[in-house]
Amino acid sequence: MNSETGFDPALYDRFPTEKQPDEDVEELNRIWAAPKGWGLLTAVNNNYIGFWYVATSFLFFLLAGILALGMRVQLAAPMQEFLPQDTYNQFFTMHGTVMMFLFAVPAVEAIGVMLLPQMLAARDLPFPRLSAYAFWAYFVGGLAFFCSLFVGLAPDGGWFMYPPLTSETYSPGLNADFWLLGIGFIEISAIAGAVEIIVGVLRTRAPNMTLDRMPMFAWAMLVFAVMIVLAFPAVILCTMLLEIERAFNWPFFDPTRGGDPMLWQHLFWFFGHPEVYIIFLPAAGLMSVMVTSIARTELIGYRLNVLALVATGFISFGVWAHHMFATDMPAVSTGYFSAASMAVSLPAGIQVFCWIATLASGKVQSTTPAHFVIGSIVTFTMGGLTGVMVGLVPFDLQVHDTYFIVAHLHYVLIGGMVFPMFAAFYTWAPMTSSKALSDKLGKWIFWLMFTGMHVTFLPMHLTGFMGMPRRVYTYLPGRGFDVLNLTSTIGSFILGAGILLFLFDLARNFRFSTEESAGNVYRGGTLEWLPSGLYSTRSIPVVHSRQPLWDNPNICDEVEEGRYFLPNAPTGTRETLITSPIRAEPQYVQLMPGPSPWPLAAAVFTAGFFLSLTVQAYMFGIFCGVIAVFSVLRWLWETDRPLPDKKEVDIGGGIMVPVAITGPKGHGWWALNVLMVVLGMIAFMAVFAYLYLYGINPEVWIDPPSLGETALIVGANGVALACTWIGRWILKRRAGGYAHDAPWVFQAIAAVILAGSLYLDMTGWQDIGLRPTESGMGAIVFMLMVLQGQVVIISLIMAAYLGFREARGLLTTPTNVTMDIVARFIAYSAIQGTALTLLPRLFLGG
Amino acid sequence: MIDALWGWPPPVLDPAGPYSERVTILAWVLLAMALVVTLIVVIALWIAVKGPDSLKRKLGGEKTVWIGGIAFPGVVLSVLLVWGLMMTGSLSEPITGKEMRIRVVGEMWWFRVQYLDNQGRVVMDGANEIHIPTNVPVVLELTSADVIHSFWVPHLSGKKDMIPGRVTLLRIEADRPGVFGGVCAEYCGGPHALMGFVTVAHEPEEWKQWAVQRNIALGEAIEPFGSVDVAGALPVVDDDVPPRIPPTPIVGEAARGRALFMSVGCAACHRVAGTEANGLAGPDLTHVGSRRTLGAGILPNHLGTMMGWIGDSQAIKPGIRMPSYDRLPAEDIAAMAMWLEQQK
Repeated sequence: MNSETGFDPALYDRFPTEKQPDEDVEELNRIWAAPKGWGLLTAVNNNYIGFWYVATSFLFFLLAGILALGMRVQLAAPMQEFLPQDTYNQFFTMHGTVMMFLFAVPAVEAIGVMLLPQMLAARDLPFPRLSAYAFWAYFVGGLAFFCSLFVGLAPDGGWFMYPPLTSETYSPGLNADFWLLGIGFIEISAIAGAVEIIVGVLRTRAPNMTLDRMPMFAWAMLVFAVMIVLAFPAVILCTMLLEIERAFNWPFFDPTRGGDPMLWQHLFWFFGHPEVYIIFLPAAGLMSVMVTSIARTELIGYRLNVLALVATGFISFGVWAHHMFATDMPAVSTGYFSAASMAVSLPAGIQVFCWIATLASGKVQSTTPAHFVIGSIVTFTMGGLTGVMVGLVPFDLQVHDTYFIVAHLHYVLIGGMVFPMFAAFYTWAPMTSSKALSDKLGKWIFWLMFTGMHVTFLPMHLTGFMGMPRRVYTYLPGRGFDVLNLTSTIGSFILGAGILLFLFDLARNFRFSTEESAGNVYRGGTLEWLPSGLYSTRSIPVVHSRQPLWDNPNICDEVEEGRYFLPNAPTGTRETLITSPIRAEPQYVQLMPGPSPWPLAAAVFTAGFFLSLTVQAYMFGIFCGVIAVFSVLRWLWETDRPLPDKKEVDIGGGIMVPVAITGPKGHGWWALNVLMVVLGMIAFMAVFAYLYLYGINPEVWIDPPSLGETALIVGANGVALACTWIGRWILKRRAGGYAHDAPWVFQAIAAVILAGSLYLDMTGWQDIGLRPTESGMGAIVFMLMVLQGQVVIISLIMAAYLGFREARGLLTTPTNVTMDIVARFIAYSAIQGTALTLLPRLFLGG
Repeated sequence: MIDALWGWPPPVLDPAGPYSERVTILAWVLLAMALVVTLIVVIALWIAVKGPDSLKRKLGGEKTVWIGGIAFPGVVLSVLLVWGLMMTGSLSEPITGKEMRIRVVGEMWWFRVQYLDNQGRVVMDGANEIHIPTNVPVVLELTSADVIHSFWVPHLSGKKDMIPGRVTLLRIEADRPGVFGGVCAEYCGGPHALMGFVTVAHEPEEWKQWAVQRNIALGEAIEPFGSVDVAGALPVVDDDVPPRIPPTPIVGEAARGRALFMSVGCAACHRVAGTEANGLAGPDLTHVGSRRTLGAGILPNHLGTMMGWIGDSQAIKPGIRMPSYDRLPAEDIAAMAMWLEQQK
């Protein structure tokens, strides 16, 4: 089969076409121009958002690094009083939390937002306003969260926040709530980013960039985003459970009332371990791209490398309990998790040897990126090996929760993520700055950081063997690890000096610019090095290989002369080319939204919502929440506006494709599916929690309400499902023009029925005496209803939104993206409601 | 004394019992493996970057990935995994019911130690110090009174978490006498860093004497001690511990200290068997004078540290439940410390 969509690949032979008029470039510049002055804050273009995003995450890297230096000073000698106990406990909690949630995940996501559209030669990511929202939510929320440190309210329960230490009884202050708040933001922005990246990588690649020709970074980001979608729901659920336990006394984790503290650990690590690979894989993708340009040759083992990325993602979901070997798990389980932990190191080994083989097959240039890349391979390998060591249960039980682990995880994360990131800074800074960073200074920076890193963390292996546990604010004299700790402290300052020097290099050489770039300093072969402006490349090239710039020396000129796809703006608005997921065949032109203040407003009020809840200002919180929802709807309002007079446009070479499109081919439909997977995973994790608590404390389980009532609820949900279908069917029967009457009503009826059946479900349980505060069963059964309540509220809002659009005459017939999405979401709600109702009512009654 | 607990050689590599010994061998093998593989990678990188072209050509192909990234680690990891799983199995032998039983309860931020008879009844309370005979298998029944803690004596065994609402079991056994330091290894808030204890392994004869001094009645649990007939030397009682007679005579300052202990509030939280002090919230102080440490493994135990602890515990270990008795005059604190130090 030569074609995925019926597109004839022979059409690619029409390119490069004739040179296109230069006036089109003016037009592109006009359309993509960023707002001036303060208005720049409303920009949604990835050149700005991506840069701000990277800069913010780097700021958090510096802040968390300063906390680390503070801790190292405190630990330089035994029984020091540089940081008091409670401050230290806040410092180490914030260091871990900020590094993981506010630096590492956002940083790789930010690099994705910044680089991916360029690498794929898309004009922008498919949902620019979503990117803007994700960034601002992260920016505002992250800073507010960090500031809790200055008022002594920073969380102090460790970045893993194990209850019951973090429950209301043992952490009565607001500290733990701030953690839950801070993580809430990251959950939102990570999921938003993941939706963006999945759809971006699969649907906005340059024509003919088949999956097999994607830059390895795009592959890594795809796996990364899928992992976020599957892993973050676990942490979303467990943060919700803990906050509800703290605020409303529902005993999910309280063993005295039929809860269990281990439930948290399962949920948290089900997220927490994939999290490590979520951080590492994008960096590995960057490594693969950089190794290629450093060695000036193709990556050896491209397909093995892809396989390794996918395998890592897959296996990483089966290793979570290796953080829990000391909790007395059955031997069979520890055996399984031990085997999986060994297995997950294989794909890492594949990647390391792909890089080594590639370096050997080419000629390595002695550049700063090369230094960081090689330093990264060495350091990451060492961290991987200690990872293999702790994968073996008997050994792990000795070093678990000691400084050996501190050493291990810093080797993996600094070697696997921080060094590649610095290599990436040097490699890609010229793309976004008018001046390249100093390659000479870069080598100094590398040697300082590399030396500092090893001087800090190598001794810690031994410190752990000598019995020093993690998360200690001090240690007693005479235990033999004074010298080791002092060495680590000295090393940390050498590392810090390297980063300081990097800041100097930034200050001296980095000049952010969207107009001029320093050019392809390290001679990369991928599309981000095409000449570009805010609109990305002038025209979108046909891709015939993995390194198009190396294989076609004229490509830059050809692209610049508009001799490929979309050399102009045929619709006169922002747009990008949507291509098919596997073979990247052109499918349609997507109209893209421009600058808007609403994503920013939505983010600020989302922050207000969470902050108010944290400080228990509930009324103000609801006020903020309502404005946030309104802002989101307002930004959506301007989208989904097909141009009735332009059904098809010429995208170059006389090839005609539709403008906007509905149904399963549309990018919105894809994004909604991703969102439904997220919601489904949250529900699935809640089902796991339900079964888990039943398994631990079956004695608190009581008999469910009557079967008749259950049948009524399921029946009602069925009617709702039917209504969503009828609404779409009515719309379809009205071919042409706009619908003004009725189809939205059926969606509204469906949503109201769902609300009613949820109410029935709730009163049914209340009538037989189940209370959420009294037992683990009550807590988790009512939690299932809380989850359903969330999707029902969204369903109601969506139905109302659809009604407004219909009233304003924006509901196109016979199909309409908004209608598709609303109907599909409400249908999902009906199915989820049925599943969550049936689980506790049919299975495992007392 | 405390200084000797840690230091060189690192406890993880200096086993004092059969369980930790196996892990130590594993640790050395793993360290060697890590070193060799690191060297291989560094040499390969050197060849890739600076090596002669003939070697570079050999390295620069997909074969390198198949050998270095798949075949070699596959074999090494499989061997290690099988070994590790076998060892895990051998470390979790089923409990036979013939082992000595000790319950250890993690509390914020100390360890409650309860010696059990074979019926699971508590025959003696203690705190932050565990006494075991050598070459006798001991099963520790670990749990927590508040948050999650973790029990770790690196010389004797890997760690095991202490989880509220659950009892986790940990086998330990010492094959040489000695004092082995232990710590809480799971972050448990506040002064987690200063939550330690010691495990003292005695020759069985010595342990017998220690037990007799403390009137431990271990009943039938003693029988499986094999050739060492510890049981015969012990006063076996049917129900409970026989009444302890506190050290006498109590005169002068110590007597005043005893009275102060009862009147200023100590007795509300601490128990001293044979006196009216019967508090259960804090560590049992019945034999506090004989303990090696104060404050859960952090201070050596003598009159001076005892006075410091009573007068200023919050400065030594901030955040703990015990207030500093700094409002008392120094001579009162000295009197109490004197009496407590007599509780051998």
